[in-house]
Amino acid sequence: MSDTATENRPGDRERVQLHSAVIRFAGDSGDGMQLTGDRFTTQSALAGNDLATLPDFPAEIRAPAGTLAGVSSFQLHFSDKDIHTPGDAPDVLVAMNPAALMKHHEALKPGGTLILNTDAFSERNLQKAGYEDDPREDGSLTDFQVHEVPVTDLTLRALEGHVERGELNKKEAERCKNMLALGLVSWMFSRSVDETEEWLRSKFRSKPEIADANVEALRAGWNYGETTEAFVFHYEVKAAKLPPGRYRNITGNQAVAYGLIAASVRSKLPLFYGSYPITPASDILHELAKQKNFGVQTFQAEDEIAAIGSVIGASFGGSLSVTASSGPGIALKTEAMGLAVATELPMIIVNVMRGGPSTGLPTKTEQSDLFQVLYGRNGEAPIPVVAAESPADGFDAAIEAARIALTYRTPVVLLSDGYLANSAEPWLLPDVADLPDLTQVFEFTTESNSDDGYLPYLRDPETLARPWALPGTPGLEHRIGGLEKDDGSGHISYDPVNHHAMTQVRHDRVQRIADDLAPLAVDDPSGQADVLVVGWGSTSGPIRAACEQLREKGRDVARVHLRHLSPLPNDLDDLLRSYGTVVCPENNMGQLSTLLRARTLVDIKGYHRVTGQPFASDELADVIEQHGFGEQA
Amino acid sequence: MTTNEGKLTKKDFTSDREVRWCPGCGDYAILATVQSLLPEVGARPESTVFVSGIGCSSRFPYYMDTYGIHSIHGRAPAVATGLAISRPDLDVWVVTGDGDGLSIGGNHLMHALRRNVNLKILLFNNEIYGLTKGQYSPTSPLGSTHKSTPLGSLDRPINPVSLALGVEATYVARSIDTDRKHLSEVLRGAYEHRGSAFVEIYQNCNIFNDGAFAAVKDKGQKEHNQIRLTDGEPITFGPDNERAVVAEADGSMSILPTEEAGDRVVVHDPARDEPTTAFALSRLALNPTGPTPIGIFRDVDRPVYDELVREQIDQARSDQGEGDLGSLLEGGNIWDVV
Repeated sequence: MSDTATENRPGDRERVQLHSAVIRFAGDSGDGMQLTGDRFTTQSALAGNDLATLPDFPAEIRAPAGTLAGVSSFQLHFSDKDIHTPGDAPDVLVAMNPAALMKHHEALKPGGTLILNTDAFSERNLQKAGYEDDPREDGSLTDFQVHEVPVTDLTLRALEGHVERGELNKKEAERCKNMLALGLVSWMFSRSVDETEEWLRSKFRSKPEIADANVEALRAGWNYGETTEAFVFHYEVKAAKLPPGRYRNITGNQAVAYGLIAASVRSKLPLFYGSYPITPASDILHELAKQKNFGVQTFQAEDEIAAIGSVIGASFGGSLSVTASSGPGIALKTEAMGLAVATELPMIIVNVMRGGPSTGLPTKTEQSDLFQVLYGRNGEAPIPVVAAESPADGFDAAIEAARIALTYRTPVVLLSDGYLANSAEPWLLPDVADLPDLTQVFEFTTESNSDDGYLPYLRDPETLARPWALPGTPGLEHRIGGLEKDDGSGHISYDPVNHHAMTQVRHDRVQRIADDLAPLAVDDPSGQADVLVVGWGSTSGPIRAACEQLREKGRDVARVHLRHLSPLPNDLDDLLRSYGTVVCPENNMGQLSTLLRARTLVDIKGYHRVTGQPFASDELADVIEQHGFGEQA
Repeated sequence: MTTNEGKLTKKDFTSDREVRWCPGCGDYAILATVQSLLPEVGARPESTVFVSGIGCSSRFPYYMDTYGIHSIHGRAPAVATGLAISRPDLDVWVVTGDGDGLSIGGNHLMHALRRNVNLKILLFNNEIYGLTKGQYSPTSPLGSTHKSTPLGSLDRPINPVSLALGVEATYVARSIDTDRKHLSEVLRGAYEHRGSAFVEIYQNCNIFNDGAFAAVKDKGQKEHNQIRLTDGEPITFGPDNERAVVAEADGSMSILPTEEAGDRVVVHDPARDEPTTAFALSRLALNPTGPTPIGIFRDVDRPVYDELVREQIDQARSDQGEGDLGSLLEGGNIWDVV
């Protein structure tokens, strides 16, 4: 927590002004921690804070209660300044049981605030969490300001009347304990709970007695903070000075879904979305399935291959066609992605990356599928690749993927990851009228394009895109497929010269995309930097925060973030060569570094860590310091 | 190239590509029948799409002057599903084989059929892998010897009609490559059926599995073995209808001399909603080496997938109003920074 001032108001306890705070809610999978975090996020957003979140939950839906495996957590960083990460070490940890404490207490900042639900600290729960002695008594928590709060008991007492009146049973009452914790933390940070009350009433519209109980628990938590002497301070993080405009919170998956709808609206093409459920991509399907009034056709296919198969068919028919998956699903789609390359049909393939190999870490983040999407196909099968760099950026990245797909008649991979997918941040809403007009980048062919009849592979000389003639158009009947085509006529061709020419043209068509790209935007406030940090995807936030930390220490450091991974921008080579040191941190074993070294022969300093978690900004600041300035921070 | 108006002929559906199946292949006969039938039933080349996978049969789209996709192994029903959902105005045909459709692509076939996607699926069954030169297929008889099973196949074969009925396909039929009249009739029924139509076509591979269907194709045998299913008719067969199909108490069917069968003879009714009887009929022959039913096993009306998809969209539009991007983005909690 970064302090600014302490002020006393009459009749108020000491209210400490903070620039920012990081809070982590941790509990059992069944304790409702994700929901608690979500609500606190919304409250903070409505208070005008900039924020970033990091939900972290187990792959098991309900691991045995009270065990380490079952711990689910939600971290929120909120600030009166512009921030870029969900924060490194939390200032406040709410631990709803011993397992949550065991798993998360080491992350808590020294001197940090620890709120424990003491009611969950039974001998059995301590054992399940792996404690031999009660940590509340053995001195292991002396570094922290510990608040032992009987959260369960307080909840039950607050709801005694409700239970007596038979409106809910004891178990249901106990389930409201997350709202009590939320009420307490809301008090701690001077947050209004009005919006959450409204939300509870709307969510439980059909069960008003459950809504009442939750609201009661929420208020009881707030009042507990207000009346208990245990808390000598409470805090306030004022509104951030964000650029003016209208804001909402958005997660990466939601932003991608909205971006796809926007691309459909702006291209006037119906959106066809074929996919098979997979963590962490399924929420895109869920979101799109809710938006059928946009004419969105969602198709939950029988498997990953059928999903992309349907998308190829829909693209042939003239839809804006999209499938999404994660690494294991993309592996299954590989052969069909090759067919999409051969048939030169526009479509978007979203890969929400997770830890690998194989099933790997389904709910954790990683950037290790870059090589998979660039190279994981038989033959020379180039596919353009774009990556989102923040949750809200999924919106723009999806529109960019659609622009490339429609302009160049090609499949495009859009990379996101588990962190972006589930994390939220405030999003400055764009003006719909300012979004790219995608009707201008393509047209359907309706007339024959040669004296010899329709030639489905006769290309646009500029983009090298082939024409897009839809079934239903008289006179343009043609057949496409996975066998090599004669350039122009599209007939099957085994001719050696033609095969080389077609391979070259598929390669060149992707390279042409780079000619269209805006120059790279380098973030170098002093203009004096000789150290450049290059990144892609979700490392944007931590890299930016790390660079800002170093600049505050007087270090000149520049930063560039790549939206396009294939083709790489034309001005990238000269840019990288113009710095003495280039550092490239990635949540993989050095995939972009390898690519950049091979392309530019610049000795890129890579930093590779795959923990399933995003980088911490302190961690990256150390790395940049070490590589760029020759010492440890 | 096709003209827009006037009566179409076989020529309008025939592409300029040289047909490259082995001389004598049963595929030629099927191709000719389809090319002749489409103008007859009023199909339009520009509104017709043939989608195939991989295998000998999957070259089919190249020979049709219609739209077409020669996709990848086993996936034609999936590709065709995306097209048929998004383009209800088209006639989408799938051409597949016993390897493509039942082995590598069995999953997609099953799901396209149970969803009742508006597809006409033609499965050319030759009981062999032709394009890879003669390995046994999912329909090869138990114990049959081929390159990859010199000591005999250990795999129990799939009966494609049983499979289609098992997933409640709404139109299920079987015919024979060279029986032009019968094949045309069955394909016409498929064309006119809205929803998934599945047609198994016994197709002779004269190179790797010649004579696999002799029992139902060859003169002297077919007269005894073809059980021709006709709507509303008692199921009898043989040169003098001397044999009849009867239902047993356990739900299975068996064959009796017609005179012994009496009023136990099953009367064929493809419109029966319950697929059990049709399934029992399909079990009369695991492989077509003896008496084997051909014709339309089942032809029922069920809601078609693309219509259901569109109904949901219409419903959403009437409930929520036509989608507005600005309102979508501003949904949920918003706040203004000035």
